[in-house]
Amino acid sequence: MAEVLIVPTGTANVASVKAAFGRLGADTRLSLDPSEIEGASHVMLPGVGAFAAARGQLVQGGADAALERRIAADRPTVCICVGHQLLFETSDESPGVRGLGVVPGHVGRFPDGVRVPQFGWNEVRAPEGSMLLEDGYAYFANSYRATAAPGFEVATAEHGGSFVAAMARGNLLACQFHPELSGFYGEAILSRFLELA
Amino acid sequence: MLTSRIIPCLDVSHGRVVKGVRFQGLRDAGDPAERSALYQDEGADEIVILDVSATPEGRGHQHETVAACRERLMIPLTVGGGVREAADAEALLEAGADKVSVNTAAVADPALLTAIATRFGSQCCVLAIDAARRDGRYEVLIKGGREGTGRDAVLWAKEAQERGAGEILLTSWDKDGTRSGYDLELTRAVADAVHLPVIASGGADTAAHILEAFAAGADAVLAASIFHDGDTTPNDVKLYLQEHGLRVRP
Repeated sequence: MAEVLIVPTGTANVASVKAAFGRLGADTRLSLDPSEIEGASHVMLPGVGAFAAARGQLVQGGADAALERRIAADRPTVCICVGHQLLFETSDESPGVRGLGVVPGHVGRFPDGVRVPQFGWNEVRAPEGSMLLEDGYAYFANSYRATAAPGFEVATAEHGGSFVAAMARGNLLACQFHPELSGFYGEAILSRFLELA
Repeated sequence: MLTSRIIPCLDVSHGRVVKGVRFQGLRDAGDPAERSALYQDEGADEIVILDVSATPEGRGHQHETVAACRERLMIPLTVGGGVREAADAEALLEAGADKVSVNTAAVADPALLTAIATRFGSQCCVLAIDAARRDGRYEVLIKGGREGTGRDAVLWAKEAQERGAGEILLTSWDKDGTRSGYDLELTRAVADAVHLPVIASGGADTAAHILEAFAAGADAVLAASIFHDGDTTPNDVKLYLQEHGLRVRP
């Protein structure tokens, strides 16, 4: 069974991610070491805290460049919530801070008139025939979101308009929602991720 | 579109689930990990654990409970009780909580909300408000409802939003444990005043009460007794809500 290297960008939620992989029989390990990040069979970039803070964690020691290299080499990588947002170029949350820029585009704040943060279960609609994405209900906890991801398969949800709920390209999977907290729906996605090679 | 969330609440004391009327007269209602896993199977959208006995000495117990629940839960887990500083929140998150709820300590030091939100994100920071009706307004109570503060609950919710709280867990002191329905005016007043999600709590007896709370603007409802006593399940409640036009997670 695969071992998943978790790139810790903060404290929150790592326990939930570890528990979720544990239920699937996968071992987990935390590391910010660039060579380990680049070489691991499976890497998860979990989502915690703010865009700039998470970005700051990655810059230290070169974890960001290692992530970019493994993504460029199409090694199995899953990015969650803020991790997903870091793949874009910029975010309303932290003006002036550059994301990894793997996806062209911007992460904006939800519009006025809806609850912010978006907290709770939202319906996700996936493109037909996707290997990694499927229709279902997923748990979200976010104030910012992207509305497009050029070059990716995109699953969408609605909260003050359509937004990117998850996206996939080759062996790169990114979820705005939390698969580790999304019941059997999320578990199935993580299970498919573990099968990537 | 977001669905209406049903959140069973486990009041935990010394590692056991308890439930009392108006925070008093606690009865034993089982093992927290067993209970929360059961509710997860029965359609709960999240679980909230409030440690009503939390003290600095009892902290280890609390972390064991959280870790045991986390191992089995594939849904979000919020934990509250005895959180006095950001380090307490960190320990709960490390033990397996996804969100931490603060109450008394945030009233004493509102900067605690900012400290938690800055370090762990607003999505981790739930403000619990215990409110009691006073001459057409609502007063914030602390220390498990034992002490008034003179603070207005609606204004406090707004301030908490500015300070970084990500969600409001709003309990009616007048209604809690009475099974006479949620305090709809309180729910509406707070839901209208903030853009944060509001969890209505205190007073649920029937699925109709829960429907009323959503109609009053709640984004989620908390309930304890109706699930602990086996009167209904989250899935039964959700079917009822769906029949009345609400969106729920199947």
